[in-house]
Amino acid sequence: MAIDIKMPALSPTMEEGTLAKWLVKEGDTVKSGDIMAEIETDKATMEFEAVDEGVVGKILIAEGTDNVKVGTVIMQLEGEGADAAPAGTSDPVATKEDTAAPEAKADEKKTDKVEDSAHPAQERVETGARQMFEAAKHDAEVADPAIPEGTEMVKQTVREALRDAMAEEMRTDERVFVMGEEVAQYQGAYKVTQGLLDEFGDQRVIDTPITEYGFAGVGTGAAMGGLRPIVEFMTFNFAMQAIDHIVNSAAKTNYMSGGQMRCPIVFRGPNGAASRVGAQHSQNFGPWYASVPGLIVIAPYDAADAKGLLKAAIRTTDPVVFLENELLYGRSFDVPKLDDWVLPIGKARIMREGTDVTIVSYSIGVGLALEAADKLAEEGINAEVIDLRTLRPLDKETVLKSLAKTNRMVVAEEGWPTCSIASEIVTICMEEGFDDLDAPVIRVCNEDVPLPYAANLEKLALISSDKIVEAVKKVTYGK
Amino acid sequence: MARTARAKSAELPVPNRERPDEPQPYEASKDELLQFYKDMLLIRRFEEKAGQLYGLGLIGGFCHLYIGQEAVAVGLQSALTEKDSVITGYRDHGHMLLCGIPPKDVMAELTGRQAGISKGKGGSMHMFSVEHKFYGGHGIVGAQVSLGTGLGFSHKYKGDGGVCLAYFGDGAANQGQVYESFNMAELWKLPVIFVIENNQYAMGTSVNRASAEDQLYRRGESFRIPGIQVDGMDVLAARGAAETALEWVRAGKGPIILEMKTYRYRGHSMSDPAKYRSREEVQAVREKSDPIEHVKRLLDEQGVREDELKAIEAEIRKAVNESADFAESTPEPNSEELYTDVLVEKY
Repeated sequence: MAIDIKMPALSPTMEEGTLAKWLVKEGDTVKSGDIMAEIETDKATMEFEAVDEGVVGKILIAEGTDNVKVGTVIMQLEGEGADAAPAGTSDPVATKEDTAAPEAKADEKKTDKVEDSAHPAQERVETGARQMFEAAKHDAEVADPAIPEGTEMVKQTVREALRDAMAEEMRTDERVFVMGEEVAQYQGAYKVTQGLLDEFGDQRVIDTPITEYGFAGVGTGAAMGGLRPIVEFMTFNFAMQAIDHIVNSAAKTNYMSGGQMRCPIVFRGPNGAASRVGAQHSQNFGPWYASVPGLIVIAPYDAADAKGLLKAAIRTTDPVVFLENELLYGRSFDVPKLDDWVLPIGKARIMREGTDVTIVSYSIGVGLALEAADKLAEEGINAEVIDLRTLRPLDKETVLKSLAKTNRMVVAEEGWPTCSIASEIVTICMEEGFDDLDAPVIRVCNEDVPLPYAANLEKLALISSDKIVEAVKKVTYGK
Repeated sequence: MARTARAKSAELPVPNRERPDEPQPYEASKDELLQFYKDMLLIRRFEEKAGQLYGLGLIGGFCHLYIGQEAVAVGLQSALTEKDSVITGYRDHGHMLLCGIPPKDVMAELTGRQAGISKGKGGSMHMFSVEHKFYGGHGIVGAQVSLGTGLGFSHKYKGDGGVCLAYFGDGAANQGQVYESFNMAELWKLPVIFVIENNQYAMGTSVNRASAEDQLYRRGESFRIPGIQVDGMDVLAARGAAETALEWVRAGKGPIILEMKTYRYRGHSMSDPAKYRSREEVQAVREKSDPIEHVKRLLDEQGVREDELKAIEAEIRKAVNESADFAESTPEPNSEELYTDVLVEKY
């Protein structure tokens, strides 16, 4: 009886990977623990071990094949009396869309071959995070006016855009350095700092111990001493341990010193819900930091903004909290091919123009908002989508201008509703846009609970484009 | 004889790594001794005046006085050069004066005036002078240790040869981030002198009631950071320890800890009734160990006449009174200052 060996999921968000190398060949005997292959995800190269004993039968995916979807049968192991579950029992219907990775430039033939085989990929659970991930394939439908006309655009992942932003700034300013957990030798826990150690050396790309409070303070002190640190938090969940230095030391220094002591520092890292990582690893801290005077808070959606705004964040003299999103790291978007692509801080962007309603969002919520706008268009509702990009200072002008045009607004935020950015936008509309309102502004946020682990509950807890659509229908009164 | 030798070796185990030499009391010239005297007296008179202004309601909020601890900062900071930086907690007035910040700039900050070093927006606990390489003045217990480690990092990164003197108290010595910072400072061999000003009380809690290891100079051992315990009531001992520490740090051997055993005469802050210790205890320290009286005696031995000291005293009183008069009369910040300095740049 042959055992199907399938492409493993090696991280919570892994959809597909490269089968980099086979370390066994057909006819080899393997036992549990033997390394059979090397598999590259977008984050790392992982070794794939055998669990069962047997003889390597047919190798179905050649080494060097890219975009092999998780669950694809990559090899068959001839068991010595192994009684593995018969292949092909999982529901093929469930695999079709769930495993589709939107950015895949997959070799269709290879993929088809696998799909055609009698061994369908294993069932992937549809989660809330997956919905957000899927929606993050939406590009802006309005070109960023900051990009000069005729500029060549290149496809880049958010991860690469962030890395390039840091590398470019490090090349031009000796004072800029990166510190954090696993940023150097490991090349970044999420591979965002990949290659920086090689180019800039260990004096400027610095691995820290797992001591967030301490290294946030060290970075802040270095900024006070005249340097330009980029402090990476593996995720912003861990920055809770360091929030004292972000708020008390970095944000307040300039004010408390009567304007003589600067603190030009960037605190950056992934923020918000990832996939199935549970309550302690899934939280949007945007509203927390955005409530603090003295801080700049940026939360980009696409790769162009990630690059242009991170460069701006590194350059500004003020302390910046730069909130990335793990689910977006692997997403590709157009990035202008310019020598020095820097965006202004504090400017929102119209992602899609519309006349009936405005959907305001930021970070991963923008993908959902754009997806919702597509769905609404099918029903004849023409939605405008605004990406706030900077949460502090907030671009009220763009929000209010759009409200004056559409007279209806929904705020979509991947985060809790209470005391949220959405609450803030609602307040601004009440205080400064009341006469333009034809309906109450509605918040579409995550449910007001710690994020659950179970896939079905996680999905219920997170925002979705359907929830946005529903809210839009409420404010447009089924128009 | 053999017994004595054994006992001695038990007291001083062979170190498993290089350690700094035992510091020697500094041999001050007469002029240096006079300067120590002036500096300590300036701090004391300044702090007494601040206490007085607090009592008059001219200084608000929290106000932590340095009276009793003068020898620590004077001894240590007299050994610094222009390259070096200083950072401390909220008991910061004395350290600032020693960095060369004019008394009136500090006093006007205490009274919350526009002419204060932070334009009246910082107050007693939050004062800074980048010009004088004084980086605060921090109100969160222990924060300055991580920040000071960062200043040490910047000295090393820039290769400017500077050392950061990072002061904290016996209370802060129990904060977690202190040890995170110790670890990184030693790991990266940063030029930082960690100065624990052990004045015996973290607010109202004595060291023994809060610290499992009350010999605080040993707190760096598990990070391989050497520590030295110093008589912080003796300015010459403090200066001697600074020399040893600076030599160690400037040689690239990493950080060092100085535990300065000292004592504050006043309450933790102006609003502290200090019921946790007896009046006799305070009085005994004042009589036996006062750092200024100690230098006075040394000056006497050097043949400095009483009237010379009286003249110095008069000069300092005058300077302090002028700073107080200035701080009382100079205007409060303009109301527009409320909104300035929140951010540096315009967005």
